[in-house]
Amino acid sequence: MPRFMLGTTRVPHRKNTAGIQAVRIPAPATVTLPMSQHIGAPAEPTVKVGDAVYVGTKVGEAQGFVSSPVYSSVSGKVKKIEPYLSSNGRSCHAVVIESDGQMTPDPSIAPPVITTLDEFICAVRESGVVGLGGAGFPTAVKLEAEKKGIIKKIIINGAECEPYITSDTLTMTVDSAYVKKGVETLMSFISADETVIGIESNKPRCIDEMRRVFEGNGKVRVEALPSTYPQGAEKILIYNTTGRVVSEGGLPSDVGCLVMNVTTVAFIAKYLETGMPLVEKCITVDGSAIKNPMNVIAPIGTSIEEIIQFTGGYRADPAKVLYGGPMMGVAVYSTDYPIMKNTNAIVALSEKEAKPKEQHNCIHCGRCVSACPIGLNPTLFARAMKVGDSSERADRLTEAKIGLCIECGCCSFVCPSARPLVETNRLAKADLRNQQAKK
Amino acid sequence: MNKLVVSSSPHIRTDSTTRRIMLDVLIALLPTAVAGTVIFGIKALWVMLVCVGFSVLSEFLFNLITKHTQTVGDLSAAVTGLILALNLRADAPLWQCAVGAVFAIIVVKCLFGGLGCNFANPAVTGRIFIMICFATTVGGGMMPTVVDLASSATPLEIMKGDTVNGLPSLPDMMLGLRGGAIGEVCAIAILLGFAYLVYRGVIHFETPLIFIGTVFVLSLIISSDLTLSLYHVFSGGLLFGAVFMATDYVTTPITRSGKMIFAFGCGLITVLIRFFGTYPEGVSFSILLMNILSPYIEKWTAKKPLGGKK
Ligand code: SF4
Ligand code: SF4
Repeated sequence: MPRFMLGTTRVPHRKNTAGIQAVRIPAPATVTLPMSQHIGAPAEPTVKVGDAVYVGTKVGEAQGFVSSPVYSSVSGKVKKIEPYLSSNGRSCHAVVIESDGQMTPDPSIAPPVITTLDEFICAVRESGVVGLGGAGFPTAVKLEAEKKGIIKKIIINGAECEPYITSDTLTMTVDSAYVKKGVETLMSFISADETVIGIESNKPRCIDEMRRVFEGNGKVRVEALPSTYPQGAEKILIYNTTGRVVSEGGLPSDVGCLVMNVTTVAFIAKYLETGMPLVEKCITVDGSAIKNPMNVIAPIGTSIEEIIQFTGGYRADPAKVLYGGPMMGVAVYSTDYPIMKNTNAIVALSEKEAKPKEQHNCIHCGRCVSACPIGLNPTLFARAMKVGDSSERADRLTEAKIGLCIECGCCSFVCPSARPLVETNRLAKADLRNQQAKK
Repeated sequence: MNKLVVSSSPHIRTDSTTRRIMLDVLIALLPTAVAGTVIFGIKALWVMLVCVGFSVLSEFLFNLITKHTQTVGDLSAAVTGLILALNLRADAPLWQCAVGAVFAIIVVKCLFGGLGCNFANPAVTGRIFIMICFATTVGGGMMPTVVDLASSATPLEIMKGDTVNGLPSLPDMMLGLRGGAIGEVCAIAILLGFAYLVYRGVIHFETPLIFIGTVFVLSLIISSDLTLSLYHVFSGGLLFGAVFMATDYVTTPITRSGKMIFAFGCGLITVLIRFFGTYPEGVSFSILLMNILSPYIEKWTAKKPLGGKK
């Protein structure tokens, strides 16, 4: 389908780990399970210090509608329950579990019985699954939209547009049967007309494999997306696969779309088969400071350091370590942080790459304007933020549509003067929120 | 382990830097500078050295005195100096060149906040400043020293009488064997620089093309004389201005469609001045005028964001 595709920024691919089988790491000595590994209210611990737990035992109960339960990823004993400050500054509790090294599954685990949509949504909620592509939005909440019967298109996100990351690539090649099952299950509960699987064209093997497993299924379309960033950003993906536009402040369901990451879908299929909730993740470990880039399967809650050491440690002193890829990933203060449900990569950058690029004044070159997939003019936000008067500042930010910025990083990436554009946009959004709260 | 750097995403950036872009512009200007020296002799080189030297020096001192971060390293002052020099006659008095360079950098650029904050193109404004203050330095042109030419007038001055009699031949115009400013005469050198800038992705090809195309088409409509229209393309500072001055980032609209409108406006005003104004040359004025309109064009041509509500 010839259509003008959004998202044109050429970022390096660096998919060094594509095509390498993932290796499972041995049981870690302890795991740290934050109660907030998702967007929404943190879960509440349901265990006490000293309690015996197994792999898949619930340790945190979801609180409210937008929330998600947390399960133990090892067997052992609850060592402590401590306050936890996440790397993005949110505070919650974390349950720390000392592993007995046995990885004994919880005996009560059994496949859920589902026949209705409600039961299906309930099962998805209980599985603890959240958007595994990195967003971390509780998947069950998205499915609720189907109760109103508005979902017409299911879009499976297999773009994996961030540099380095190949965990979704593995899902699409190794776990293609589960992807198929997951999609079929979704289609059986959701009355959508069509499922579109969007994959960047730099992954021909994934495209071929997906086309192969869905051969003969007229309702599933595999769409090859350009290999330019950010194909995996929700709004861009919806536009590029369906031509639909999610408007400011709106949700994909407003235009009849449900977007799910491909690994999330595969996980749901596995869960329905085994009943084992989300306790482990396949993670890409890569970056210029990593000796042996590879994919590992690790229990959620394993520390970043332990995972990196398992892969063979560092090639060079790490200067910056990220949860996720280099375009949208979050830098951590310490490698003691655990991997979480929505962690799909650990990227460690060497001194040379972490060194900030020399800043100059904005030269008005327009590269950021051409790069922005949404069609914003990032220089306007930077200029508005220099205005002293707060209400004029707010007006200017609103007029320039700061609310539409998806923080994809394209503008900062292309800027020859290394202007901190995305950072400014985040500050601008916070500034606007503060002012609206005051009113 | 040493402390980890924590900073906002994205954590990688392109290799392209502002300094590299400015260096690319300098490289693109090189053929023109060499051609100017060959055509007009060593004097041309002196003009260039003085302009570049005073531009860089005045920015350096300005930053030093006002305690601003030193910015000469971004090479933009050198670019301004060289473009200014290439806009002047090779026999321009060197002190006038120096005054023009200082004016361009201090008044037009630094006082507005430095690189990226000026609304008018420093080199263009510097040229106009010199033209107004010391009429002889820009108007008219020094004759090439490599050949003997009968007339001392520039082609545009000859054409003011709507005639092509007494003009150098078109091939000579391409090579730059005509009167004019140092950088504007050799079309081949300018086009070489143009190709380099487009190849390096520094500029889009449309701006110069639309500027030059507009001048050609409008000349043709007004005069219905193909030869005369071609002379209009190759004479004056049109090629040089279209490639190196109308493509300045800072003083042109940030949107691609805005840049096209900007280029068209430049072409239109150039033709109006050339055919109906009292000055023989209109390129600098047209660029300056469009610089002033630039912010408005930018507003009109803003893209509609995906999902933006009115
Ligand atoms: S971070 Fe925001 S402004 Fe920058 S390119 Fe992405 S959407 Fe556009
Ligand atoms: S890319 Fe950077 S230098 Fe260019 S216009 Fe945008 S902010 Fe300015």
